[in-house]
Amino acid sequence: MIDTQLLVLLLTPLLGGVLLALFGSRQWAAELNSLMSFFTFIAAVMLTVRVIDSGPQVAFHEQFFIDQFNVYLVALTAFVAFTTSLFSRPYMRIEQHHGKLSVGMLHLYYSMYQLFTFAMLVALTTNNMGIVWVAMEAATLTTVLLVSLYRTPASLEAAWKYFILCGVGIALALFGTILLYFAAERVLGEGGTALLWTHLNQVKGGLEPTVLKLAFVFLLVGYGTKVGLVPLHSWLPDAHAEGPTPVSAVLSGLLLNVAFCAVVRSKVLVDGSLGTHFAGNLMMGFGLLSVTVASYSLFRQRDIKRMFAYSSIEHMGLITFAFGMGGPVATFAGMLHMTVHSLTKSAIFFAVGHAVQQTGTQLMENIRGLLQVSPTVGWGLMLGTVAILGMPPFGVFSSEFLIITTAMHSYPWATPFLLISLGVAFAAIFGKIQPVVFGETTAKPLPHSPALIPVFAHLLLVLMLGLYMPPYLADWYRQAAALLG
Amino acid sequence: MHIPLTLQFINLLAALLLLIAFAMLAQRRILSLINLFAWQGALLALSTFIVAYSTDQHHLYYSAGLTLLLKVLLLPWLLHRLIRKLNVRWDVETMINIPTTMLVGIALVIFAFNLAAPISQMSEGITRGLIGIALASVLLSLLMMLTRRKAVSQVVAFLSLENGLFFAATSATQGMPLVVELGIALDVLVATFIFGIFFFQIRETFDSLDITNMEKLKDD
Repeated sequence: MIDTQLLVLLLTPLLGGVLLALFGSRQWAAELNSLMSFFTFIAAVMLTVRVIDSGPQVAFHEQFFIDQFNVYLVALTAFVAFTTSLFSRPYMRIEQHHGKLSVGMLHLYYSMYQLFTFAMLVALTTNNMGIVWVAMEAATLTTVLLVSLYRTPASLEAAWKYFILCGVGIALALFGTILLYFAAERVLGEGGTALLWTHLNQVKGGLEPTVLKLAFVFLLVGYGTKVGLVPLHSWLPDAHAEGPTPVSAVLSGLLLNVAFCAVVRSKVLVDGSLGTHFAGNLMMGFGLLSVTVASYSLFRQRDIKRMFAYSSIEHMGLITFAFGMGGPVATFAGMLHMTVHSLTKSAIFFAVGHAVQQTGTQLMENIRGLLQVSPTVGWGLMLGTVAILGMPPFGVFSSEFLIITTAMHSYPWATPFLLISLGVAFAAIFGKIQPVVFGETTAKPLPHSPALIPVFAHLLLVLMLGLYMPPYLADWYRQAAALLG
Repeated sequence: MHIPLTLQFINLLAALLLLIAFAMLAQRRILSLINLFAWQGALLALSTFIVAYSTDQHHLYYSAGLTLLLKVLLLPWLLHRLIRKLNVRWDVETMINIPTTMLVGIALVIFAFNLAAPISQMSEGITRGLIGIALASVLLSLLMMLTRRKAVSQVVAFLSLENGLFFAATSATQGMPLVVELGIALDVLVATFIFGIFFFQIRETFDSLDITNMEKLKDD
């Protein structure tokens, strides 16, 4: 039963990729893309319900493993991938209308979009630490040509940087995986089971600590490059700013989470084996550094997408810090923050995408008075900004509040850094976005009506999570947090 | 101490692998660089084959065959084709200060051996140096990526980085599970194709394959 459900979940985007590779240049390719993403989302919901009802399970000879933690990321990924496909339909039409994209480029975009979803879902659900690596690399490969979709010098440079830096990063993660396998082989014996996470988790106390320590450093640096942790982040703002906006939205909202899932899985093993807080401490250090550096970098940004890319680094830093602290409350807060960050950040990118189309520039000093031309885009951007900055009553406030109170309790020295960084980020982003939304306008109306339902749907969900968390959801997150310890 | 012949041979191959990594670091001609890469692949296939023979593991024969096919024949052939089409076959890279690069390389090797020392102590007998050598060749490839200014040589460095990792997998452990190895091989192959597409896009846009043209994106 679980086998079939998982198979449907994984095969739908794969089939979508094949179909769109064949028919991607047809008129209805955008609709097909949304339809396949919708089916993937339905499959994800069904799998989620099942896992929450009956607990963690393995499938396909233990090659796949689904528990409350990764099914939560599966659901989030499938949902945001679906809404992004809804957004990309009118967005890409407008780009085509403006002459920035040809039919051939859209063809590539649609089929790669589905394959990218497939790679992320495999990376999330697989039980094999080696396949995690393969799927993460595949996710890079499917998006690298999307970053350079416009073929401008800047986008090519961004894509090259993305490819090379993430390639190197992930190569280091492979070395970490090899070391992990080296340690596991002595306990579990040769062959297939020594890379399976469930088996590793059972015997983690018996794994050689010195090897695991070194392995974790490599894994953290490797997957951390993809998460965008400072100082390994330099590819991220470029890739997010130069690619098409739907790609920025899924990179920021989803891919970072998927890479982070790999880090969390490794952390559970390593800290379990060492019996210390070594991995957690490393994560807290990287997280704190990322939050601080990213929030100060926000001031220097003039490009609107680049600025929100830096904001993603800041939030991923905060999440890394929360998971690094560990314990049920901090892990719960970290998961909640991942959810609200993904939803809010992709909503912001949707609104930003239309704002850029209306003004023809990504430089914030040239985008003015969005409210005058289209109030919905303007309000979408404003509310999204307020939400991402952690203002109540949005959900980001609740998760940040939880993270900071936990930090005050267990690591008081870290709180001033966090609070100051959040304050700095507020001043930087709010000061820059306010004139973009209000004031005299530079914007022109769009040739097609923009896609704003996804923006407000996401913001509404974030608002709901801030005001009221359904017991079902809270229970689910608590169970997942308990699994990670 | 009596050392089995096969292990002595693997050690010899590991030493040659490191030597080739150094040769690549100093090689300025793109054509020779690709040939060195093919040689590295051949050594890798041979050492995998010997490991397979001495430990009697069947799946390692497959991965030796896969290495031979992919890294000795297919990838070098693709790269040769690419540089012929891009007309950069006889390009010579101007590199600053090869001796300094070599010295940094030696420092990296020492660092790698130190880092791998606690792990080497756990492996039995003769294979102890191997993980250090594998890590050293990974780091040397990283250094090569940093010092190169041509897109093609950066890609060769990237691929030889993967060779170092593969050597770590077969020598330190007895090879990763076959699914994982197949997946990695597929990723590397697809990556090479995408790199090829990139070369043409970069050339079309910048009129050269020099990546110094591509350092414009900065925070301002």
